[in-house]
Amino acid sequence: MATRESGRETGVAERRAASLASLRARRSRVSVLLGLARQKPLGAFGLMILVVMLLGATFAPLLAPYGYNETDLLNRLRGPSLSHWFGTDGSGRDMLSRVIYGARVSVYVGFGAVAIGTVCATLLGMVSGYFGGVFDIMIQRVVDAIMAFPTLLLLITIMSVLGPGQLNVTIGLGIASMAGNSRVMRSAVLATKEAPYIEAARCIGCRDTRVLARHILPNITAPMIILATLGLAFAILAEASLSFLGFGVPPPAPSWGGMLSGVGRSYFLVAPWIAIFPGLAISLVVFGINMFGDALRDVLDPRLRGGTHNL
Amino acid sequence: MTKYVVSRLLLIIPTLGLLSVGLFAIIRLLPGDVVDIMYEENGYAATKAEMREILGLNDPIAVQYVHWVGDVATGDFGTSLLTKRTIGSEIKQRMPVTLELGLSSFVLAMLIAFPIGVLSAIKQDSLIDYAVRSYAVGGLSIPNFWLATLIIIFGAKWFGWSPPVEFITLRDDPVGHVKQLIVPALVLGGFGWSSVIRMTRAMMLEVLREDYIRTARAKGLANSTVILRHALRNAIIPVITIIGNFLPGVLSGAVIIEVIFGLPGIGRYAVEAIRTRDYPMLQAINLFFALQVVGMNLIVDLAYGAIDPRIRYGNA
Repeated sequence: MATRESGRETGVAERRAASLASLRARRSRVSVLLGLARQKPLGAFGLMILVVMLLGATFAPLLAPYGYNETDLLNRLRGPSLSHWFGTDGSGRDMLSRVIYGARVSVYVGFGAVAIGTVCATLLGMVSGYFGGVFDIMIQRVVDAIMAFPTLLLLITIMSVLGPGQLNVTIGLGIASMAGNSRVMRSAVLATKEAPYIEAARCIGCRDTRVLARHILPNITAPMIILATLGLAFAILAEASLSFLGFGVPPPAPSWGGMLSGVGRSYFLVAPWIAIFPGLAISLVVFGINMFGDALRDVLDPRLRGGTHNL
Repeated sequence: MTKYVVSRLLLIIPTLGLLSVGLFAIIRLLPGDVVDIMYEENGYAATKAEMREILGLNDPIAVQYVHWVGDVATGDFGTSLLTKRTIGSEIKQRMPVTLELGLSSFVLAMLIAFPIGVLSAIKQDSLIDYAVRSYAVGGLSIPNFWLATLIIIFGAKWFGWSPPVEFITLRDDPVGHVKQLIVPALVLGGFGWSSVIRMTRAMMLEVLREDYIRTARAKGLANSTVILRHALRNAIIPVITIIGNFLPGVLSGAVIIEVIFGLPGIGRYAVEAIRTRDYPMLQAINLFFALQVVGMNLIVDLAYGAIDPRIRYGNA
C-alpha cells in the first residue's frame, strides 16, 4: 500500500515535473524572443521594419489603394490628403501605392542579389580557404582586382554591359558583392579549418567534399547569415542609387530610387512629397535591416563583437 | 622592412594584370547590337566596320590587348568618342574638381567625425554615446542622393538657395568657389562620417580595455592624461585604415554628388560616358579610379608596416 501510494506520488510528481519542464521550455522559447527584444530593442525594431516591408511587398495589390501606374490627370501634384495619403505625382499617380509596390522591386532585387552574392561567395570562400595553394592565391588576386574599383563605378560599368532591367540589376549587384563577401567567408573557413573536430573528421577518413559540406559549412553559417543580412541593406541602397542614376530598374516600374530621378525632379519644388516618401521608405528599410543585422551579429557571433564593424 | 616592401610590391603585379584584363574585356563584352547603336544613334562612325576599327576590335584579341596595355603604360588613354579630345586631357581637366571635393569631405570628416568617435567611446553608454550611435547608423542608412535632393528642394524653398548652374573656378571667385563646394562636400562626407565614427569608437573602446590603460589608471594618472597620452596614441594607428577605406567610398559618392550638384568632375563624366556610350572614356575612368585605389592601399600597407613592427614581421 505504502509503495503503491508512493509510486502513485512519484508518478504524479514526474508528470508534474514533465509538464513543468515543457511549460518552461515553451516559456523559454518565448522568453528568448522577448529577451532578445529587451536586450536588443533596436534589433527587434529593425526586424519589425523588415517584416512590414515583406508583408507590404507580398500583399501590395490588397494594400495599395490604387494601381502603381494608374494615372489621374485631374489630380496631378496633389499634396497628401485623405484620398492620397502620400500625395500624387506629375501624372496623378498615387504616391502611397507606388511606394507600396516599390517594396516589391526592393525585395526582388535585394533578396535575389543576396542569394547570388552569398551562395557564390560561400562556395568560393570555402574552396579558396579550405584547399589553399595556387588556386587560393589566384582567387584572392582576382578579388583584389575587383575590390580596387569603387563600388558604384563597378556597378554602373557592369550595368552598362548587361543593360538596365530588374533581373540585370539583381545579377550585377550579386556579382559586385561576391568579391568582398568571399573574402569574409574565406577567413571564416580558415578559422574553422584548424579546429580539432575537422582534424578528427579527416582522421576517420572523410573526403574533402564531406568535410566541407558536413563539418565546415554548418560552422560558418553565422558569418553567412550576418553577411546576407547586411548585404540586403547594401543591395537595396545600391539598387536605389542605380535606379536614381538611370542604370537600374527602368520606369514605369515603381523603384524607390527611380521615383527620385528623371522627369519627376522638375516637380520636386512644387510637390516635395514626391521626393520625400520614396526616400523615407529607403532610409527606414535600410536602417531597420542594418539594426537587425548588428543585433544578429552580436547574438550569433560574439567573436565579432568589438571588431571594427561594431557600433 | 625591405622584404616587406618588396613582397607588398610584388603582390601589386598580378592585381594590375587582372585589372587590365578586366577593363580590356569591357569593350569586348559589349553585345553586338550596342556597337550598332554606337554608330547608328550616337554617330561615332559611318559604318559598322569603321566603328569596330575605331574601337580596335578588328585585330586578333591578343594583339588588341598588347596594343592597349602598351598605350596605357605610356600614358595614352586613347580618344573620347564624344568630344574627340584625348582622354588624358579630359581627365586632367575634370580631376581637380573630384579631388577637391574628396579632399574637403575627408578633412571635414577627420576634423569632426574622429573627435566625435573618441568622445563617444570615452562616454560609453551615456546620452552622448547613444546620440552619436544613432546618428552614425542613420548616416549609413540615408541615401546620399535623397539627402542631396532634399537639401536642394528645401534650400530653394526656405532659404532661396540653389546650387549655381555654372561651375565657379577658384581663380574667378574664390569665395563663390568654396561656397559652391561646401554643401556637396558635407553631403558626401556625411556618409563617410558614420563609418569613421563607428570605427574610431570601436578602436578606442578596444584600446581602453587594454591592461596598460588599467595600469595607467592604477598609477593614479589623471583621466585626461590616460586618454591623451596612453589611449589616443594607440587608437590613432587605425586612422590609416580609415583613410584607406575612405577613398573608394568618396569616389563612389562623388559620382552621385557630382551629378546632383552639377559639378564638372570625373564622377559625373563617368555617368555621361555611359549615357553617350563613350566606352573608351568609361574604360579609362575605371582604370584611373582603380589605380588610385590600388596605390592608396599600397601606401596604407606600407605605412602600417613602417608604424607597426608586428605587421612588418608577421606577414613578410
